[in-house]
Amino acid sequence: MGELVLRGFGWRHAGRRAWAVRGVDLRVAHGERVLLLGPSGAGKSTLLAALAGLLPEDSGESEGTVEIDGLDPRKARERVGIVFQDPQTQLVMSRSGDDVAFGLENRGVPAGEIWPRVDEALDRVGFGYGRDRPTAALSGGEQQRLALAGTLALRPGLLLLDEPTANLDPAGAALIRAAVARALGDDTTLIIVEHRVAEALPLVDRVIVLEPGGGVRADGPPDEVFAAHGDRLAEEGVWVPGHPVAPRRAVSGPGAPLVRAEAVTLRNRLAPTRLTVHEGEVLAVTGPNGAGKSTLALLLGGLLKPTSGTIDAVPGGAPHRWRAAELTTRIGSVFQDPEHQFVTHRVADELALGPRRIGRPAAEVGRVVDDLLQRLRLEKLAGANPYTLSGGEARRLSVATALATAPRLLVLDEPTFGQDRRTWIELVDLLARLRDNGHGIVAVTHDDDFVAALAGSVHRLERAV
Amino acid sequence: MTLTLPTFEASTAPLARRNPVAKLAAALLFSAPLIATLDPLTPTIALAVELAVLPLFGMRYGTLFRRAWPLVLAAGGIVITLVLFAAERTGATVATLGPFAVTTGVLVTALGMVLRVFAIALPGIIVFATTDPTDLADALVQNVRAPARFAIGALAAFRLVPLLGEEWQMLSLARRARGIDAGRNPVAKLRLFVSTAFALLVGALRRGGRLAVAMDARGFDAGTPRTYARRQTFGRADAALMAGAMLVSAAALTTSVLVGLFRPIIG
Repeated sequence: MGELVLRGFGWRHAGRRAWAVRGVDLRVAHGERVLLLGPSGAGKSTLLAALAGLLPEDSGESEGTVEIDGLDPRKARERVGIVFQDPQTQLVMSRSGDDVAFGLENRGVPAGEIWPRVDEALDRVGFGYGRDRPTAALSGGEQQRLALAGTLALRPGLLLLDEPTANLDPAGAALIRAAVARALGDDTTLIIVEHRVAEALPLVDRVIVLEPGGGVRADGPPDEVFAAHGDRLAEEGVWVPGHPVAPRRAVSGPGAPLVRAEAVTLRNRLAPTRLTVHEGEVLAVTGPNGAGKSTLALLLGGLLKPTSGTIDAVPGGAPHRWRAAELTTRIGSVFQDPEHQFVTHRVADELALGPRRIGRPAAEVGRVVDDLLQRLRLEKLAGANPYTLSGGEARRLSVATALATAPRLLVLDEPTFGQDRRTWIELVDLLARLRDNGHGIVAVTHDDDFVAALAGSVHRLERAV
Repeated sequence: MTLTLPTFEASTAPLARRNPVAKLAAALLFSAPLIATLDPLTPTIALAVELAVLPLFGMRYGTLFRRAWPLVLAAGGIVITLVLFAAERTGATVATLGPFAVTTGVLVTALGMVLRVFAIALPGIIVFATTDPTDLADALVQNVRAPARFAIGALAAFRLVPLLGEEWQMLSLARRARGIDAGRNPVAKLRLFVSTAFALLVGALRRGGRLAVAMDARGFDAGTPRTYARRQTFGRADAALMAGAMLVSAAALTTSVLVGLFRPIIG
């Protein structure tokens, strides 16, 4: 069980010119544990979807063959389990036990066997609560554990994990890695897509690298693959272990204060907090989930009114009282989810929006847009719909939109979250240059590498409310 | 603005335990006949019954009030509307507010309508407050043969509803961060509202799509007959609840007819 063979496999989504994945020849034997790698756009997720039988025949064009235990994946669905990135959209039921039972009910498992299998699956992933635990009360990592249990309860011969930790903070990611390590038996074949290689390595014994243009670039034991291809993969954005990024130290100390928070609180979300952000400084805000980091970012960004205490921008007072257009010239906010901030249908319009709202003349708007497109490597995407961008492109665009109105202070919420190494380095370099030009930067982050590379000071929030 | 779905603790109260479909049907059978009359007596009897059986649903009066308070607004609206616009101003004048004579006739009509609103709405509020949505979906599939694809699908979508509240706040704040606000201009406000709502809808559809794929990946579209981990049964007590609801409602109407207060809504 769980054996797969691909011969010249390719898939092109309906309406797309380029093949998402092409020319893949592979054979994975029963019980193997494979890390599937490749630069962004190499077709890893498409390949997993094909293996999971989730590409309906009418949704695109295929070539070559895929077989799981000699069957078309669409007919081998019962043999395959898949866990996706986003825990929120994988849970179906409001009670944890019911959620694990959901798949068993669908497969027609006799009622008497369901609950023992639910308990067994919950135990295998180390789920620490009872069956009645509301799924809404779980952290992201716990929800993802539950999603894994829901898949394992079906006893798949082939388990597919599509960046299972990408949406999780480091603590949640650790929970998932532990759960996978604990739950996997010898009878299960594993294929995991994960660009944070160090996190996946303990789980795998084979690495397969997809070539973006088609075919397989490398295939073998992790040591050999990384010795031969590690440098190039790191260059292309894969987080290969042993390729550290040099820190970007500030050349001069912080300058004048840009914004001061004094005993600022928000009811149920942020305990009294005091901090000052200066010109030419990168301040990292860290701390556990629920400590109010994002709330603090929204307060500093002039987007929320504090319940008590003051936010004092220098000069000009409380930023939450300013009109939105004025705000964008002083403080730029970059949200964790770039898509929240997109309001037009073209990348270029997205960049032009801010300068237009503050009444810049058309010629200047054009200059700003061209400059940002070029600086953030978005020229080829000027006419694209922002919602169709990849994660890295969307992140670059959301930062660029905040820069379009040239604010002195930039507030970013998890800017490097889920980014590949290449985008990560571009962001760090961009922020370092802004800092060296005298901008103040606040970044809410869980990313220790980011803090080490860039932060001049760190403000840690503790869970207090 | 954060929406939270109420959490349900398995109640052992005799009526709360009844089959969800039976409870829902009983609420309908009880409320529907009350629509027939405009007199104040029928809804008064119905309300008395509803409040009397509340403990049998294991629900506190305070909880009911918290859930029903939007009805108070509706009631206030009814009174104001009638004071201003009532065509028949019969009876003695109680007070004069400028050009409006507030008469006993107006007040009795207003009272009747307010009582009706409460009497008709409360059964639904009580039933939904004491019914776990999962149980309701299970009962719909198992006891009335509703398609699982519909009932379980709706249940899963329902679970995403609280996310919409957070999403709305983030989208609104994100628009301000992009330099978009409406100030005091009502047209700009409406446009901002529409564009935020559209973004919310797009996001909800994408999430819904991802959820649907995840559900199918766990065999929701497998086509094999589903089994049920949680059994919902429909027994005699459930049938009795439905019959009882219908009888009590009919009795309230009959009383009103016998006393001579019955005012049919038609005619």
